Amino acid sequence: MTAQPGDERMWTARLRRRAVDTLPPDKLLPDRQPAYVASWIYVFGVATLAALLVVLASGGVLALFGPQWYHTSTVGRFVNSLHLWSVELFFFAMVVHLWGKFFMAAWRGRRAMTWITGAIAFLGSIATAFTGYVLQSNFDSQWISTQAKDGLNSVGIGAWFNVLDYGQMLMFHIALLPAVLGFIVVWHVLLVRRRGVVPPYATDAEILDTAPDAEATAPEPTAPAPTEAARSDEVAS
Amino acid sequence: MSAVPSSYAGVVPMNSPGTYLNWGVIHISLANVIVIVLMLVVFALALVLPFPGRKR
Repeated sequence: MTAQPGDERMWTARLRRRAVDTLPPDKLLPDRQPAYVASWIYVFGVATLAALLVVLASGGVLALFGPQWYHTSTVGRFVNSLHLWSVELFFFAMVVHLWGKFFMAAWRGRRAMTWITGAIAFLGSIATAFTGYVLQSNFDSQWISTQAKDGLNSVGIGAWFNVLDYGQMLMFHIALLPAVLGFIVVWHVLLVRRRGVVPPYATDAEILDTAPDAEATAPEPTAPAPTEAARSDEVAS
Repeated sequence: MSAVPSSYAGVVPMNSPGTYLNWGVIHISLANVIVIVLMLVVFALALVLPFPGRKR
């Protein structure tokens, strides 16, 4: 198929150009990462994503075979447990990721939306996990849902949904909330790729070394960038 | 629901009420305290342990 004159003005071409400008392929899937990423504290974001993939895969298997299978058969109970424990790991890694990014002030350098989508993903994950805990069909889930019902009513949002309604909570857990959470997580990851991983704080010596005299009196409003030497000293991803 | 198999119950007493700790207004299960302490330990280790393959 050869391009015709005027094709570049078609909506498909304009959308394609905008997509590539917004997310260039080398930013979307870079070969190398900045040197400062070679630290264990930068591992917990991708650990959270890995745990989320196990959550989604095991949840898909549970949905496929149903409660009769996962409450009674050996393999079913294993997959059910895998779903639970991958959620525990997901939250464990996400909280360490949150602490790391908080103390790095990861909203620096035009990364506010990355931080905000991460915070919303955290809150959305709590809601999604909660609807899973009330689906266990045991005394634990009964206790959780009745306590939550009182709590949600007390803050005035109990009219919007009923946590004692098993069918409604099942739909929230396997359709509505995973779709919302999936969208926010993809958005968060694309923002990380677009803006890059937040650099560590520059030391006072680095700021003094790199700041031109004219700017020395005016503090940088955003994150002080690491030195050029540190930027170019990249490691393979 | 059936009780937890005895092989697990020997390691962790899962068929009895959980242990809770109380300090004034704070009321928290021992299991949650253990997880929070573990997260703090992992966070601290992530800051100090050298990353494999790092040049400097």
